[in-house]
Amino acid sequence: MASKVGIIVVVLAIASIYGAMAVFHTISESHRSAALELFSPVTGSFSSLEEAYEALRTLEVLGIKKKPDVKDHTCKSVVDTLSSVSSNSKDLYHALQVNGLLTCTISKGALTDVVSRLKEAVKDATSLLDYYHSVGGLLLVKHQNSEVDVILENADGILRSIKALSQSDGRWRYSSNNPESSTYAAGLAFETISGVISLAASPVDENLIGTLKKDIVKLFDSIEKYDDGSYYFDDKHIDASGHQGLLSATSAVVRGLTKFASTSESLNIPEDKILGLARFFLGVGVPGNSKDLYYQIDALSHLENNRVSVPLILSLPATVLSLTCKDKLKVKVSTVLGSTAPPLSVKLMQVFSSGSKDASVLRQELHFDPKEAIYTLDALPEGVDIGEYIFAFEIVLSDPEHKRKFATGGRTKVPVHVTGVVKVDNAKVAVLEGDIVESEKKLVLPGKNDLSLSANHLQKLQLSFVLTTPSGKPFKPHQAFLKLRHETGVEHIFIVGNSGKHFEITLDFLGLVEKFYYLSGQYDTVLTVGDAVMENSFLQPLGSIELDLPKAPEKAPQPPPQAVNPYSRYGPKAEIAHIFRAPEKRPPQEVSFAFLGLVLVPFLGFLVGLLRLGVNLKNFPTSPVPATFAILFHGGIAAVLLLYAFFWLKLDLFTTLKTLGVIGIFLMFVGHRTLSHLASASAKLKSA
Amino acid sequence: MVRSAATKDDAQALFQSLRSAYSATPTNLKIIDLYVAFSVSTALIQVVYMAIVGSFPFNSFLSGVLSCVGTAVLSVCLRIQVNKENKEFNDLPPERAFADFVLCNLVLHLVIMNFLG
Repeated sequence: MASKVGIIVVVLAIASIYGAMAVFHTISESHRSAALELFSPVTGSFSSLEEAYEALRTLEVLGIKKKPDVKDHTCKSVVDTLSSVSSNSKDLYHALQVNGLLTCTISKGALTDVVSRLKEAVKDATSLLDYYHSVGGLLLVKHQNSEVDVILENADGILRSIKALSQSDGRWRYSSNNPESSTYAAGLAFETISGVISLAASPVDENLIGTLKKDIVKLFDSIEKYDDGSYYFDDKHIDASGHQGLLSATSAVVRGLTKFASTSESLNIPEDKILGLARFFLGVGVPGNSKDLYYQIDALSHLENNRVSVPLILSLPATVLSLTCKDKLKVKVSTVLGSTAPPLSVKLMQVFSSGSKDASVLRQELHFDPKEAIYTLDALPEGVDIGEYIFAFEIVLSDPEHKRKFATGGRTKVPVHVTGVVKVDNAKVAVLEGDIVESEKKLVLPGKNDLSLSANHLQKLQLSFVLTTPSGKPFKPHQAFLKLRHETGVEHIFIVGNSGKHFEITLDFLGLVEKFYYLSGQYDTVLTVGDAVMENSFLQPLGSIELDLPKAPEKAPQPPPQAVNPYSRYGPKAEIAHIFRAPEKRPPQEVSFAFLGLVLVPFLGFLVGLLRLGVNLKNFPTSPVPATFAILFHGGIAAVLLLYAFFWLKLDLFTTLKTLGVIGIFLMFVGHRTLSHLASASAKLKSA
Repeated sequence: MVRSAATKDDAQALFQSLRSAYSATPTNLKIIDLYVAFSVSTALIQVVYMAIVGSFPFNSFLSGVLSCVGTAVLSVCLRIQVNKENKEFNDLPPERAFADFVLCNLVLHLVIMNFLG
């Protein structure tokens, strides 16, 4: 039982050390460049006056100049909205907000008209947003133009109707017939209330203000906390504009709180909560969208100088210190937007090393450099070696009056890494036979080594070295590995164990034969020693060792397949050359010409035979008309044969057939005449 | 010996009688016979050529041989139709047969030319 309690106490103590520990950085150049990127309107002008106000406000707080052409366009939009009859109090409010930043020229008459419309709106207001826009608009007119008369009668009545929308847990409802409440609405309500108080014709009832102060304190009871010490408000409901989130709710509460505090003194909010809110906004970093950036920057600008307490942020420009470079510890203290802090001194109170909860109290004061506004520790405390530490600082304000104005946050804990060079000594490799050293080689670490050892499965390999920190203490790194890689690519990794400073590993090959898949051959050895705070971490090839292992038995496991070289698998393949069909063997030209001659021989024989037979042309008609027909007949046949010759040489079938048709008809006519003439001639001869 | 001498004499006597009988045929039939002999010998020479060099453009070989053979066949038909001793074709005038011969030859040679390639 007691041991359990003891353990819980230890855990809580460690948690309390590691809790509330983080590094916060104030607004920097990255915020400015993000603002320029997010808030530059794409089309050259803003899409709505609300967006225009958000952009202009953020850029003004960050100190970025706006472009003049944007101003002209936006001013025109402002003047139009203020003079238009159809604008409601919301439009007028946003237009007046933009006007407050751009100071467009608006006539006094227009402003008076706006004031009267807003006063009407206040009288007719029923929901929280109605009050917010109309009262806010009236307050803006008062700040922009002191000539116009803006005074609210019946301030008590307005305050009571706003208070009627509040809830017991500190949140506010938007209207009486909507039961949903939110923290964002509470922020808006406080802003409205502060506006009413500053515009009131006669001083407001003190009791009423007292109840409202109690409401704020109740709201702060619902604040939530992160482990690193930042406080925030969470809104489980979606607010009026549809944008849900921690930033919008927390930013609205900060706005309402600071505005309310500016109207009345003695608002009792503990300073660690204000500091926590500042830490929350700084811990967001650089938001990614324009609305979140606006909420962050707007809230921080209200926290920068408010009447409750101004948070002071302690930050370290560098949390990694190198012993070899003899880095000095530097600390910066400023407000949330980066402006200078009041005169103060920073003391290093305690240094906790990782894992221990005890540390001696140091109370070392840091030296202030007014030129750079940085506090420096000349020398690190004794006993700070390489490793991870938590430094606890305390801020002490020089002027005791400032204690009420500024929130310093007591002890601020910051994690710091101290790095240095680790010495490697007495490194040697030995091959042991039983317990007797067979061969031993000294190694230079970290440095080039080229071992070539050989061992069989009955021997052991032993590697040992000593690690010491710069101040001579033993050091245990995050990584101490020995890797053996076979020539086929199979790898085995072993962790090098230690006892104090001495690191040693013994590989007994008899037991490792199966793990090595019975692969004999050359193994490349690589030693890796590394740590986050070790500046000379190394991955050192040591050389190679020739291992002689017995043959693998039948059922031995196969080594895992190695990855295929992607270039060989997906690289270009051998080129395929197209093989053309070998042309047919043609006979030599002489043979062909010889046979051409031979083929014509029978034709000559035919002609000779005809002569021998005594052919004559006696039957050829002599009278002119049949003679012409006969000639035409033979000519027609010759024409057909000529056509065939052309057909073989170059014509196609269709033209040939067409021409053949023409010649054929002619030939038939002519042939019919000729042959019938011949027939009648021979018939006459027969009968005669 | 007597048998062979007898056969030799018989062969010679047969040959002589064939020769004398042939000389009695009319001249136009002899012209047609000569034409047939011419076309057949042309076909034979083409076959011998193909046997020597191979039948690579086979279509050309076929068309050449078929042209010769086809025209020989058509001439034989013409000879049958024109021959006066053929009683079947008495009422067919020889000019008509010749016209058929010419027409069929022209069609044959159109096909041959197309197939020659």
